[in-house]
Amino acid sequence: MSLSLLFVQTLNGLQFGVLLFLIAAGLTLVFGVMDFINLAHGVQYMLGAYLAVMFYALTGNFLVALVLALAAALVFGLLLEFVVFRHLYERDHLEQVIATFGIIMFLNQGVKVVWGAAPLSLPIPEMLSGTIVLMPGILYPVWRLVIIGSGLGVGLILYLLVTQTRVGMLVRAGATNARIVSALGVDIRRLFMIVFGFGTMLAAFAGVMIAPILSVEPGMGDGVLILAFVVIVIGGIGSMRGAFIAALLIGLVDTLGRSFAIDILRLVMPPSPARTVGPAIASMLIYVLMALVLYFRPAGLFPVRGR
Amino acid sequence: MVKVLMTSVAAVALLIGQAQAQEKLKIGVVTTLSGPAAVLGQQLRNGLQLAIKNSDGKLGGREVQLIVEDDELKPDVAVSKAKALIDRDKVDFVVGPIFSNILVAIMKPVTDGGAILISPNAGTSNFAGKDCNANFFVTSYQNDQNHEVMGKYAQDAGMKKVFIMAPNYPAGKDSLAGFKRFFKGELADEVYVPLGQLDYSAELSKIAAASPDAVFVFLPGGMGVNFVKQFRQAGLADKVKFLSAFTVDESTLPAQKEAALGFFGGANWAPNLDNPQNKKFVADYEKEYNAVPATYAFQSYDAALLIDGALKATKGNTADKDALRAAMMKAPFTSLRGAFKFNTNHYPIQDFYQVKVAARADGKFQTEIDKKVFANYADPYAKDCPMK
Repeated sequence: MSLSLLFVQTLNGLQFGVLLFLIAAGLTLVFGVMDFINLAHGVQYMLGAYLAVMFYALTGNFLVALVLALAAALVFGLLLEFVVFRHLYERDHLEQVIATFGIIMFLNQGVKVVWGAAPLSLPIPEMLSGTIVLMPGILYPVWRLVIIGSGLGVGLILYLLVTQTRVGMLVRAGATNARIVSALGVDIRRLFMIVFGFGTMLAAFAGVMIAPILSVEPGMGDGVLILAFVVIVIGGIGSMRGAFIAALLIGLVDTLGRSFAIDILRLVMPPSPARTVGPAIASMLIYVLMALVLYFRPAGLFPVRGR
Repeated sequence: MVKVLMTSVAAVALLIGQAQAQEKLKIGVVTTLSGPAAVLGQQLRNGLQLAIKNSDGKLGGREVQLIVEDDELKPDVAVSKAKALIDRDKVDFVVGPIFSNILVAIMKPVTDGGAILISPNAGTSNFAGKDCNANFFVTSYQNDQNHEVMGKYAQDAGMKKVFIMAPNYPAGKDSLAGFKRFFKGELADEVYVPLGQLDYSAELSKIAAASPDAVFVFLPGGMGVNFVKQFRQAGLADKVKFLSAFTVDESTLPAQKEAALGFFGGANWAPNLDNPQNKKFVADYEKEYNAVPATYAFQSYDAALLIDGALKATKGNTADKDALRAAMMKAPFTSLRGAFKFNTNHYPIQDFYQVKVAARADGKFQTEIDKKVFANYADPYAKDCPMK
């Protein structure tokens, strides 16, 4: 376990965390402002990836494909909102969970009908496809750095939007108490639609950015959704800052845990059991972290006041 | 009057006789057709359908009715569907499944129900050894063998240090055990990742730091697609040899494309295996399904040929199971892989190859035979099987 390996693994953790943030940001917005549990957030991430693959095949240009995929994801998200979700806002959480779970199944099968069951791939844009020498002997893919950069960029934009703009103010107010905001004459339905559309686009953006690294396949959003919920629970539901910190925390804990659990256990036990126990502990770490946070701060690290 | 009666009785008897002769041969299929692994299950189904189509809808002279069931990769679902095939449809054969955990689940319901089970993919060690079953035949391999091929290759090539990795579940552990059975050099590390892991950044950094001669991985389906792409993106492909089993094949190559070029796998067949029957099969398959067949398709095609050959020997009779089993045991068909015979445990004795990913002139990708690693190789578990 050398220092340079630790550095690279930290970078890997950061990249994973940033990706989680992109997904969790939309989820925490929708959950926080609208009090709406949207399990279908994960399939919107999947849809972003599929749309990018389709538009890339049509245009052959990554940037154009990215823009078109985001636009199409937004349109589809708003359509879903209009057709299904709108009727669920007043219902209780269990019904929302069941309905949006239905959407997961529907869309997972849907992409299979449209694009087939075989995994698809999206190439990295030519100029960003190489590796970069971070330190002697340590190569790092440029695209992973691009993901980190774009994630931090989106984080900054979100921060400015939420703290500096009128819509951001309404979002914060809505997260604290949506009814009062409505009573003050704000068209809450419109606010909800904006928030929902924005959340959908963030999820789709994450899907497009990760598509060159992961295979694009039915069900790719399901595992990520669980992690995104862990992130918003740790961060505090509705808190953008909390989602950011928690996402990076989870990314780092998970990656560093996976990388070094066995090495650390070897210090206290023989190598063979360490090899068996290590991966088991590593895959538990983030849930242990969540349990600890919930025990000491039940409302998350950055609770939204008034909830 | 009596005469009229006699003729009509005779006519009716004739009709019944004809009805019996034309009674359809029912074959049940248990395969995975939903979820990310559906691609593999579709190949299995396609291979079978193609074989039946190529012999005009008949096997062993009897019209075939294929009843396809999706096991959803859930053992409980597979069991209830397998039972329905036996009790409701009264099938003579069941072909399937893809996955070993499904095979373990449906073994008893199918074979106890009197049907013959033919596995065109999964081949667990227990059914090859002490739990071997007279009503169970395998047209693929014993699960360990493709991994052993790679271990033998790494050993013979004089590799000093290999980094090995597999998912943390029974088949993953069997895989690495199979590799280690023949590879005696140093292991840079032995890593188990959670089943279904998609991002391998942490493991790739470890590989880069260890700088081994080669990696050996068993990462089936989407896991392999992701790992191969990320391995190439991390710049490791030029420095570290890529050995694998079930990680680069025709079911994953459409997504891996150039990223997998030159990577190695262990297999009992490849689309370019040079014999006339295989050439025809690959051409037919591509024409029918617009995709390059993988081992799953060829092994289920062989399963259909096996049924066809055995029924020709028994003149279409499936009622006499002893005669049917004896006919099947002789492997009365020309396998797409060439030389093929059954061992006492009803698993194949066959050749194994190191295969290499290559680009074809038409822009598609396929594995191609690079080197024969084992000839007439039988699995080591057969000696524990009580059948003789």
